[in-house]
Amino acid sequence: MFQKWKDRVTVTDIVMWMIGGTLLLLCLWGSVSTIRAGLYTRSHWIDFCIFGLAQGSIYALIATGYTMVYGVLKMINFAHGEVFMSGPFTGYFVAMALWRSDFLDTHPILGIIVIFGVAMFVSTMIAYFLEKVAYRPLRNAPRLIPLITAIGASFFLQYFFRGLYGSGINAYPDIEILEGFWMIFGVRVLKIQVIVIIASVLLMLVLYNFIMMTRVGKAIRAVSEDKEAAALMGINVDAMISTTFVIGGMAAGAAGVLYALMFKQVHFFMGFIPGIKAFTAAVLGGIGNIPGAMIGGVFLGLIESVAPALFLDGLGIIAPYQLKDAIAFSMLVMVLIFRPTGILGERLSAKKA
Amino acid sequence: MKNLIRLFIAICFLLSIMAVPAVAGNVVKLEKGEPVHLAYWFVTSGPNTSLGMDSLRGAEIAIEDFGGKLKGHPIKLDGQDSMCGPEGGQAAASKIASDPTVIAAIGSSCSSAAKAGVPILWKMGIPNVSPSNTAPLLTDPAAGPDFDGYLRTCHNDNIQGAIAAEFAYSQLGVKKAATIHDGSVYAESLQRVFSDTFRKLGGTITSQEAISPGDTDMRPVLTKIASGSPEFLYYPMFIAESGHVTRQCKEVSGLENIALMSADGSFSPDFLKAAGKAAKGMYHSSPDFSALGDSYTKFLAKHKAKYGMDPEAPFHAHTYDAVILILNAIDKVAVVDGDTLTIDRMALNKAMHETKGQKGLTGDLTCNANGDCANPKIAIYKTSMADIKAGKMSPKPFWKKY
Repeated sequence: MFQKWKDRVTVTDIVMWMIGGTLLLLCLWGSVSTIRAGLYTRSHWIDFCIFGLAQGSIYALIATGYTMVYGVLKMINFAHGEVFMSGPFTGYFVAMALWRSDFLDTHPILGIIVIFGVAMFVSTMIAYFLEKVAYRPLRNAPRLIPLITAIGASFFLQYFFRGLYGSGINAYPDIEILEGFWMIFGVRVLKIQVIVIIASVLLMLVLYNFIMMTRVGKAIRAVSEDKEAAALMGINVDAMISTTFVIGGMAAGAAGVLYALMFKQVHFFMGFIPGIKAFTAAVLGGIGNIPGAMIGGVFLGLIESVAPALFLDGLGIIAPYQLKDAIAFSMLVMVLIFRPTGILGERLSAKKA
Repeated sequence: MKNLIRLFIAICFLLSIMAVPAVAGNVVKLEKGEPVHLAYWFVTSGPNTSLGMDSLRGAEIAIEDFGGKLKGHPIKLDGQDSMCGPEGGQAAASKIASDPTVIAAIGSSCSSAAKAGVPILWKMGIPNVSPSNTAPLLTDPAAGPDFDGYLRTCHNDNIQGAIAAEFAYSQLGVKKAATIHDGSVYAESLQRVFSDTFRKLGGTITSQEAISPGDTDMRPVLTKIASGSPEFLYYPMFIAESGHVTRQCKEVSGLENIALMSADGSFSPDFLKAAGKAAKGMYHSSPDFSALGDSYTKFLAKHKAKYGMDPEAPFHAHTYDAVILILNAIDKVAVVDGDTLTIDRMALNKAMHETKGQKGLTGDLTCNANGDCANPKIAIYKTSMADIKAGKMSPKPFWKKY
């Protein structure tokens, strides 16, 4: 038994384990010394977690778009961040029009629904035509080609919206009912964050049930397992791929408005960083796996919010929040080294086999 | 024999490579009708567009006021987008440096772009005057020969940061302050000057935090700051990030009533868009325009007539002065020979550094050997609800030291 194990292990493996172990120990040591230093009270930690959850649930919504497209086409849709940007950027002009006419003050809920509707519609259309124009003609090309096309499409969309709406800074109006706090179990929570978390969870539940319960969802899953076999079973593969993009676009549009309501500022470049983060989340959770993307997103949001204070503060690192991206991406590297399929990746492949 | 010829060709080639920048790189010869070419590298896209466009308008008015012509040659102004970051600065400077007709450059808008770009320009012998890079290190004697061709007409942040600290400590009477910067040369050095001065005055800095440019979720870092319970938060960053901090401060428990202060990098109506109502009561340090004389009032009238709007960032007048400074210096060193005009860029750089008592919009400009030309008057401004409604930064200083 031991002999067998010794034969399989290489020097690289040992080095990798040592790196991983060292990092883990550093994290543990940092956490213990942070907690022992007692800088943060219980309510601080709860705040960190809620901020992380709100940010993470937006990552999760975007990540589902990446993961579904990867599922059916086996490609990374790098233009998904721009799909995410197009909705809230267009919604901004609707919001400003409604705000100027006092409609947002008199009928806030209806107004927000209109903004969501417009933004989701625009994102959906962008995603749909993106697939039609940029990816469909390259369906049978080598895998690298659609990937490069996606990067090109991403630039095209960014500068298209820059030309359309300008490159300056814009911010959503303050909507009265979304401001302020709620006390939940004695914890002060921002209303907007509660709404973001609940809306994201609802959307993700709808999305998951759609994929798992409906006929169309089943067809999409069939296409993602084997395109040829699905076509032979009478499934319209092109239509299913379009549907996948439409669903991803809707989720991205909704995530975009939630993001804009939480952070207010919108501009043509706003999709880039959330796009990269959501891609990271999708890989973290196991790309191609929808619940994985959701878990990955929430996990990433939490890590970004909690880890700098928890791990780095105790190690005496100055200004830890500058390193939050470094932590998120090191996490990705570590997960890819020790669990190349992502958090939920293995379960999916086991089921397939 | 063949080898000898090859060697000869190789030596000629090497010599020509070495000789070209030394001769053609420093002297620009203009034939009849060829323009005197100035290149700008401001930020003209992204959240800080207003900063660069404001400067560009100042430069255009300056050229118009100069008469549009220098010794019979038209003045041409074009440029690149330096995007307020090192990558953009490097790209813009490389493009300008590759154009042999450029006589001098104006820019950049942001200090991090200048740090990356100025050495590239100077390698090609192009001197540069910045209207809005305020980071101390750019004119620090320790900056090295890469920055020999660099001058600026705006203040040095050694002054701005100190005034902010004095205002907080003596005027507001706060004893505990925290700072945030975004890792840019500008914000990092400004908050350092602030913190050092604040400590020297007797105050405590509870934490000096940092974020990355492009971050949107400031609540975690603000929660961390709240754990030290400061009374004053100084975040001299650019528009987007300052806007996020301003908004989210009100949402973090423990920071609801903290005094907020930013600096000239976000002193723009766009900041009020980004921060919304949350900007009420917040302070900014920025050049004092109320102290400027008649020439500035005239400039404002011209600006309004030409562009149909008021200036939207603090550095239009500094850009005006920078352009006039360059043109005066070119005028001094340019040699007329029949129809041709010969300009030695080394001599131009020297002449610019020797500028003394130039009457500018922002005061009398006298450059020192390090390239600091400004006569800085920094004031503190406070944003009121009326300013937010009008969408303009307060025109009247709230406090000034002199």
